[in-house]
Amino acid sequence: MNFLIYLINGIGLGSVYAIIALGYTMVYGIAKMLNFAHGDVIMIGCYTVFLTMTRYGMDPYISVALSVVVCTLLGIMIEKIAYKPLRRATSLAVLITAIGVSYFLQNAALLLFGANTKSFSNVVNVPGITLADGALKISGTTIVTVAVCIVIMLVLTWFIKNTKAGQAMLAVSEDKDAAQLMGVNVNGTISLTFAIGSGLAAIAGVLFCSAYPTLTPYTGSMPGIKAFTAAVFGGIGSIPGAFIGGILLGIIEILGRAYISSQLSDAIVFAVLIVVLLVKPTGILGKKIHEKV
Amino acid sequence: MRKLNLKTMKKTTREELITFAMVILVYIVMQILLKTGHVSSLLEGLLVPMCVYSLVAIGLNLCVGYLGELSLGHAGFMCVGAFTGAFVSKLLRDSVQSDLLLFLLALAAGIIMASVFGFLIAVPVLRLKGDYLAIVTLAFGEIIKNIVNVLYVAKDDGGIHFAFSDPKKMNFDDSNGIWLINGAKGINRIPNLSGFTIGIVMILVALFLVYNLVNSRSGRAIMAIRDNNIAAESVGINITKYKLMAFTVSAAIAGAGGVLYAHNLSTVTATPTNFGYNMSIMILVFVVLGGMGSLRGSVISAVLLTLLPEVLRGLKDYRMLIYSIVLIAMMLFNWAPKSIEWRKRIAGKLQKTKEIKKEEA
Repeated sequence: MNFLIYLINGIGLGSVYAIIALGYTMVYGIAKMLNFAHGDVIMIGCYTVFLTMTRYGMDPYISVALSVVVCTLLGIMIEKIAYKPLRRATSLAVLITAIGVSYFLQNAALLLFGANTKSFSNVVNVPGITLADGALKISGTTIVTVAVCIVIMLVLTWFIKNTKAGQAMLAVSEDKDAAQLMGVNVNGTISLTFAIGSGLAAIAGVLFCSAYPTLTPYTGSMPGIKAFTAAVFGGIGSIPGAFIGGILLGIIEILGRAYISSQLSDAIVFAVLIVVLLVKPTGILGKKIHEKV
Repeated sequence: MRKLNLKTMKKTTREELITFAMVILVYIVMQILLKTGHVSSLLEGLLVPMCVYSLVAIGLNLCVGYLGELSLGHAGFMCVGAFTGAFVSKLLRDSVQSDLLLFLLALAAGIIMASVFGFLIAVPVLRLKGDYLAIVTLAFGEIIKNIVNVLYVAKDDGGIHFAFSDPKKMNFDDSNGIWLINGAKGINRIPNLSGFTIGIVMILVALFLVYNLVNSRSGRAIMAIRDNNIAAESVGINITKYKLMAFTVSAAIAGAGGVLYAHNLSTVTATPTNFGYNMSIMILVFVVLGGMGSLRGSVISAVLLTLLPEVLRGLKDYRMLIYSIVLIAMMLFNWAPKSIEWRKRIAGKLQKTKEIKKEEA
């Protein structure tokens, strides 16, 4: 029974990683860059919810919606200011710029909101479920997190398959220049990808902070790195891959913490990642790209 | 004896000599300033860290700049070097009298350990490419940091006790022995053996080694792999061997940096800020800003970027914010195609005005 509880908690945590990993994987697929600042967008989203709820007493749902708007705008702004001028530069230059943006967001948050830890109040007010005569309790947060994750996955898959903008995304990720020649608005599509990824980051942040209610300017960086790991784990660039990678990573982390060692849970996660990548170097669902000579 | 003539010698030799001269000049100037008391205690405290970061940046540049493989795990090698070095010097403190000898022993141990780890990690990791390689090196770095945090080693009359994750298992009584590595508390009371002079000597040695490596046959092979690995393989270069060589040497230099780092502190612990991926990223920033494949650039940017937050200290809380803005602005200025074009135009204009002036004269 304990195992089942850990498994469910793992799926809950994994769903959060999956939502964040979607942001990483979409941006990677389309702009071929690691957006290191993604984790810090999550943190900004959490602070937005925290401030609007505690200081202005807003309704949780309105404040979550507001934080999605804030993060979406932030994502578009970051893309326009920092990444767009480097569209044709080497990937390493873009990576370092993304790191710069990450530092910037962390330190801006430090100045705006202070260094002390804020305790985040759970925004999810759905009652939990008790099964098997009280032996198996599933919290409302976990249920909502998993449900939200599944809905997002479905909507996103539908969006990419069935809308013009989604098709444009696929085209741009396949070949930017060819897409441009076919009349796809490449810059607009990339902005849209950043917007969606950052909006999702806000939702993921709220769910993460509802489960782990401590908020500091550095809150975003570790889940960010883990979600990035999840994206690579599942095969970066692949949307179902991000989902599978996220869920598996969450389960491994919780089970590792429970059965092996709480201090080593991060090490276990990373060790599993290394083993998977060594067996299948492009991740679980990653496509193997044959090199042309 | 052949005369040294700056104008007729090979370009690479000249570049190298300029780098060495620069480091020595900085050393002499700093020594004079130190003797005359013009250095604030803050800056004095930064001298050794500056050497540490320069060293690790030189090592990472070999991996990123010359081999062309992105590593985000060099803080892990630093961590291995730091802990091995501090462990050895604490263990041998009583039996070795000379400070210098003790440091050299610690340094040797740190370098050997870091290169062993570098080699072991490189064997599987170098099968991967690009971002996958980056994330796996990051993962290894985090694993090293995590494992060091659950490592317990102690010494008493009965010999050396060792435990993993649970210190109670090793039946050690700390009343008649000493802790060598105490889990998350790290290693304490490390003899203070490092200094600015040792740091500068280590930088010079590392520069000498890496310059010689990259200008040798092996170095050319390494750079050929970076430029086009298929072409390199087709002309008979053993890719695995040279990749392993570059990665291992790179890890060894990072380990040396770690030894220097540990002996500058009295207590060394593995925290996310000193040996986590943040440190690896910081070193990578030094390498990329200084210019990949330019050792001089790595040293300069390591020194300047270490100083920058301290120079900006007067701005208090805003300093890291400004640091990040400077970082973004410099990256955009250096790499954005538009800015490169603009710089070329300006340079072209300057060239023209010079020529016109010459003609007029």
